[in-house]
This record gives sequence, C-alpha cells and structure tokens, in this order.
Amino acid sequence: MITRRDFFAMVGGGIVVLIAEDDLLAQETGGRLRGRNTMPEEVSAWLHVGENGAVTGYTGKVEIGQNARTSLTLAIAEELRAPVASVTMVMGDTALTPFDQGTVGSQTTPRMWPQMRRAAAEAREMLLDLAAKKWSVDRLSLKIAEGRVSAGERSAGFGELTRGEKLTRTIPANVALTPAAEWKVAGTSLRKLNGREIVTGAHKYPYDATRPGMLWAKVLYPAQFGATLRSLDSAAAGAMPGVKVVHDGDFVAVAAPAPEVAEKALAALKAEWNPVTVEVDSRNVYDYFKRNARDAATNPALVPYHIAYIAHVPLEPRAAVAEWRDGKLAVWTGTQRPFGVRGELAQYFGIGEEDVHVIMPDMGSGYGGKHQGDAALEAARIAKALGKPVKRNWTRQEEMTWAYFRPGGLIEVAGTTAPDGTVTGWEFHNYNSGPSGLVSPYAFSSRKEEYHGVRSPLRQGSYRGLAATANHFVRESYMDELAHSIGMDPLAFRLKNAKEERLRNVIVAAAGKFGWKGRKKTPGHGFGIAAGFEKGSYVATCAEVSVDPASGATKVLRAVIAFECGAIVNPDHLRNQVEGAVAQGIGGALFEQIDFAAGRITNNRLARYRVPRFADMPVIESVLLDRKDIPSAGAGETPIVGIAPAIGNAIFDAAGKRIRRMPLQA
Amino acid sequence: MARVTELLVNGSTRRIDADPDRTLLSVLRDDLDLTGTKFGCGEGQCAACTVLVDGVATRSCLTRVGTVAGKRITTIEGLAAAGALHPVQQAFLDHDAMQCGYCTPGMILGAVSLLGRNPNPSDAEIVSGMNGHICRCGTYPRVVAAIREAARKGGRA
Ligand code: FES
Ligand code: FES
Repeated sequence: MITRRDFFAMVGGGIVVLIAEDDLLAQETGGRLRGRNTMPEEVSAWLHVGENGAVTGYTGKVEIGQNARTSLTLAIAEELRAPVASVTMVMGDTALTPFDQGTVGSQTTPRMWPQMRRAAAEAREMLLDLAAKKWSVDRLSLKIAEGRVSAGERSAGFGELTRGEKLTRTIPANVALTPAAEWKVAGTSLRKLNGREIVTGAHKYPYDATRPGMLWAKVLYPAQFGATLRSLDSAAAGAMPGVKVVHDGDFVAVAAPAPEVAEKALAALKAEWNPVTVEVDSRNVYDYFKRNARDAATNPALVPYHIAYIAHVPLEPRAAVAEWRDGKLAVWTGTQRPFGVRGELAQYFGIGEEDVHVIMPDMGSGYGGKHQGDAALEAARIAKALGKPVKRNWTRQEEMTWAYFRPGGLIEVAGTTAPDGTVTGWEFHNYNSGPSGLVSPYAFSSRKEEYHGVRSPLRQGSYRGLAATANHFVRESYMDELAHSIGMDPLAFRLKNAKEERLRNVIVAAAGKFGWKGRKKTPGHGFGIAAGFEKGSYVATCAEVSVDPASGATKVLRAVIAFECGAIVNPDHLRNQVEGAVAQGIGGALFEQIDFAAGRITNNRLARYRVPRFADMPVIESVLLDRKDIPSAGAGETPIVGIAPAIGNAIFDAAGKRIRRMPLQA
Repeated sequence: MARVTELLVNGSTRRIDADPDRTLLSVLRDDLDLTGTKFGCGEGQCAACTVLVDGVATRSCLTRVGTVAGKRITTIEGLAAAGALHPVQQAFLDHDAMQCGYCTPGMILGAVSLLGRNPNPSDAEIVSGMNGHICRCGTYPRVVAAIREAARKGGRA
C-alpha cells in the first residue's frame, strides 16, 4: 500500500485528493476526514495537482477503446475548472493506481466517473482555500476558471497555489457535484485524447512491449482441449542455436532471442498427447444443454431458440512481457482486470501481491474477452524458468482457441396474449448462456424467468452485454411472434406492454426517426423493431433488411438506434459506441459462430470465421436521448442488444420465415 | 537465397540482417521497432499489417522480406512528413474514426493507397476498396466519412 510519504516522493509536492470507495469511509468515520497520513485501503481513485499546475487522475480502470481516458479527463476538467490539456490520466498500473475490480460491466461511467468528479471538486475547494489564505480574502470573492484562481486584479495558476504544499484530503464519495444542466466541458464532444499517437503509429500497445534482453516464447498447446502429454521429444528444438525449452508437466514452451527462431523451435517439438473422447460438438450442444441442466423446464408449449458460441476477436490478440527481478515480477499485458491478473500471478507463484506489478498500456480492445491473464502467466512462467525477460504474443489462432468464448445457449420461451395485445403469461428459460437481461422490462402481469446453469463444453466468459444479447434476441423475437399471432403491429404491441417511461421514450424515438408508421413494404424487404434495457440504459432498434429469395442471404440496409443512458458525457463518443455496438452486433446476428467437434475449434481463423466488414454496414442512425436529470450510465454494451432481434424480425417481415437461432441462418 | 541486409524504409536505408523468408511485418516490428505496423491475424484477412510498397498497400504479414529489398517501403511512422500529419491522418483525427485504434494505422495506409489510385472515390468505391480491412470496434462508418473528407481535401498529398 502506498503511503502519503511515498506518494509525494513519487509525484513531487502539490495537493492530493483521495476518494474513498462509496460509503465505506463514511460509515467508518461518520463524515469527512482530513489530513489522514496513510492512504486507506478503500481508496478507489486519487487526483494530484502538481506544483507546475499539472493535474493527474489515477484510476485502476483501463482504456480499451471505449474512451474512458477521454471521459475521465472531461470529468476532472469540468469539476476542477482546468483546461483539458493540463489533465493526464494514469490508468491500470497496479503500482500507481488504486485497486480496481476491473473495467467490466459498463461500470466506469456510473461509478468511476462521479468519483473522479468528486475528487476534482474537492481539489477545486482546496485550491480556493489556498488562494483565500494566500491573499487573505473572503473565499466567496474568488473565481476559478481555466486553471486559474482570481480575486479582482489578483490571479494565480493552480501551480502557483500548490507550490511548496504537501496537502492530502481523504473524502467520502458524496461531495456535491456540478449538476449536468450546468456542465461546460463535460457533455461536449472532446476527441479521443491520444488520437495523434494512434494515427502516427506511436502508441505502444501490449503487443508492442519489449524489455532489453528479452526472449520470444511460444507455447505448445495440446491437440484437444483437456488432452495430457504422453511424450515429448524436444532434442531437435533444444539443439537450435539460442533456443531454450521449458517443460513442466503438461506445460511445454520454447524461447529464443528472435521470434522466427522460436517459431521454428515450436515446429520442431515432437509431442504425443493422450486423446480425449468428447461427444459434445457445436451441432448437438443444444440437446446437451437441456439434458444436463438442473430443473429443466417441461412445459410442452415452450419454443426453443439456439444461441451459438462466438469469439470476441479483439484485433489485438493477447500479449504479455514478463520480467523477474529479485523475486519480484513485472508484467506488461493487455487485460481488462490488471488487479485481477496481479492476483492470479501472485497466487500462482506464491508471492505477495505487492511483489507483482502489472502495467496495462491502452490496448487493442477486449469486449469482455480479456479478463484473465493467460498470456501474462505463460510469459511469467517461462521468464522464471529461464531467468530472462520473456515476451509472449498470442497468434490469431491461439486467441480463437485458447481464450474463452461468449457462451452458447438454449433458450425456451412461451407466452400468451389477450386480443388487445396485453401479454397475459410469460415463461422464459435460459440454459447456459447467462442471466443478464433475463428479466423482461415489459410489464407482464404473470411471468416465470429462469436461468439454468450447465457445465459448458467450451471455456466461456463475459462478452459485451453478456447474455443480454441472447436474452433480448429471444424475448424480442418472441414478442414479435406474439404480435403476429393476433395480427397486431409489432410497434403497437410493444407500446401496449411497455409501461416504463424511459422504455417507451426510446421505442417512440426509434420508430419516429425510422419512419415506422409510413414504412412501405416491397418484395424481399422487411422491417423489424426491438427494444430493451440493461445496465442502466434503454435502447430501441429498428432495422430494414433485404432478403434474397433464392439464397436467403440477408443484407441490413438501415438501422436506427434510440439510446438513453442518463446525462450524456460525450455525445460523439457515445455515438461512436452505439455505431460500433451495432456493427459488432451484426456479426453475432448474421454470421458469427464457433464450430467445434472432438475437443477442437474447427474454424479458429479469420478465413473461416467471418466478422463484419465495411460492406456489411447498413446506414446507421442514432438518436441520443440526453436525460440531464438521470445519472450517467455506461454505454459500451447495451446498444448491442437490439440489433439481432430487430434484424430477425425484419427477416420474418421480408420472407415470412422465423429463424429461431443466432446467427440468423435458416 | 542471400540474407537481406538493407531495407529502404520511410526514406532511409536501414541496415538489417534477415533471412529472406521472414515476413516484412516481423522485420519492421521486431528488428526495426516500427511497431505502428500491427499484427492482427497473420493470415492476410485483416489488413492491420498494411504498409505501402512503392506506394501500394501491401499486407506485410504475407510479404517475404526478400521480395521487397530495394523497394520503397512506407510505414505509418513515415507518413507524417516532418511532423505535419498526412491529410488522411488528419481526417481520421477529425472524425474520431477509431476506438481502440489498433486497426487505424493499417486503415490509414490502405486509404492513402486507395486515394492514390482513385483520388475521388464514391462511397461504394471506398467500401469495396477498404473491405479487406477489419475494424472489430466497428468504426467503419467513420472511416468512410474520414476518407471521403480526405479525398475532398486532396488526400493524395
Ligand atoms: S496481420 Fe496481415 S492481414 Fe492480418
Ligand atoms: S478501432 Fe478497434 S479495431 Fe478498429
């Protein structure tokens, strides 16, 4: 744990504000704490105003393309009244930033963003105190703007005020914040902060990290999931110049001073694996889910939907460099949970967390797919065995085999509706895919919604929106089925059952912008609508598709998304997230699926696993509803949940065929 | 085949000592530390590894370094002449045509090459010209807008 003294040794003088994890400190002390000497363990963020006026926010959150670095900078600039250019964010470095659970579940905006604002608001008050004291003037006569405090003729930059100071305040997380309606900097479309480093290629991603004297490592993976090593002949590999072989049980790796040598050494390893018998494959897995679930449903009216496993395919595969020094480990790696990876490593090697330093450079995305430290652990094991820094970059095929997948699932649904469109009964069972978004946001008077866990045949984990995508796909498809069963317009049917104001607002906004009421049916074209709620945000999506009558090939022509996530933090970045979620969602909706059989992934390369490309893009229009009266929620995930059912419903409209599986392939 | 000892990169001659069968991608990244050229798949599917060879977009993951000795290679690091951004780079910035940015260097060089052969592409021509590039974050509409604008401003540079 960093102490106050260490902290100032690290950053120089100035003022520091520590933010205590929500409520913890307040409960502990009954109120505001000042001048505490040691940083409490519950600190979740801190902020430093240096003697040169530079402002630095420290958070364990990471930047993975969702533009948290930019939004947190906005938070600080807003509350501190500091120019954006004077603010820097230090993120995801376990030695410099406070503990954080991870950049997951769209929590940065609802939780970290207000904390950064509170830290900045408190720093602003401290600067005002300093100026009042310095000039012996009434605090109320002071103005603070653009990185300066002024009183009449007198004015001082933040640096002049903090010079020679070593002030700390620890505050509970409930100081007053500027209301969204009065924001000046927050709520504006600040561009991505390190965009210039990206367009010039200067930014170093985890895949680019190096250490002096490092070796390049390759790992020999089994021929099937779960296979154990029967025999290994590494003589040829070990005889190659500079090559070292690491063999520890079933773990086999080679390392060399140059990457191409490590590759050749890997190819020269001769291994035999004990075969495993696996009966589950990507075709029969849906029966497997039902057979192996506890309390599987029995209602004969239930209609089954199938959800395929899919891969995240972050364009940057997993990567790590590990270096041991005096029993301490430093790792540069791409992960959404640097502190989680620190814990994994400390536990594996039986050392203290304080002896593991995880550094997370802004990475080539994750979408929920980079929670664990697989590459980091491999690099650290090999580095430990060889006594040299080791770089371990995964290939695309490794990423698409040995990472984890978005869960596949079987979802069963049944419902009844009154002639006026009121849903009178609703039963919904999700097997394996997950409980997120299971509960319908519609006002069903009678409902049964259950999640049934199953032991997944593939390693599975979180994915943008988790199971909310699958659950919305099925719910919104089935809502359409019910609407058609009574000959009711799908929009009117949804509005009949949507009682929440925020849900109704997005449905009305999307349908209005799309021109739902005036839509004109032409042969081979169809229109679909879907709506939903997840992680504090509401979304409605309308889609227009064309379906080729001969091949069934579907093209999405137009998508309109209405999205509401409370007060908007950065409109252009929100739009970017909405567009990106729709683009990514089209992949899962139309063509992405992981094929597996006999304990192997059979389409673990991009030539066999199709992801959305330029030519797959519809015209995307977003309607952003700004609710300044509602705290901001995250937006990286929820916009994805509406596109698949909107497309599926549009296919039904175009071709009269209900496809009860995702991807939507008949 | 003889080892490759020189490579003409970003306007200067760089001394290397590489097996001619190695990929240009690996030589650029691992020998010359030009890591702006990205590895995305190694199978020619994503174009994150795009560089210009004599002005033409080329997938460096599928290019043997022995085949480009003596040719003019431009990587993303060499595109901003004397610190002034190329109009395509500027347009990507202005449109915030990125999220994680991992595809961006390849996209930019792909766009420079496209505008080199077709200075005034229609949207459909941009889409077909860029379709080999993957952006997993889905910034495609912004990339199209950025290229459209760079073309309007004479993105050939
Ligand atoms: S890395 Fe070359 S095409 Fe993907
Ligand atoms: S911006 Fe992330 S892959 Fe394109």
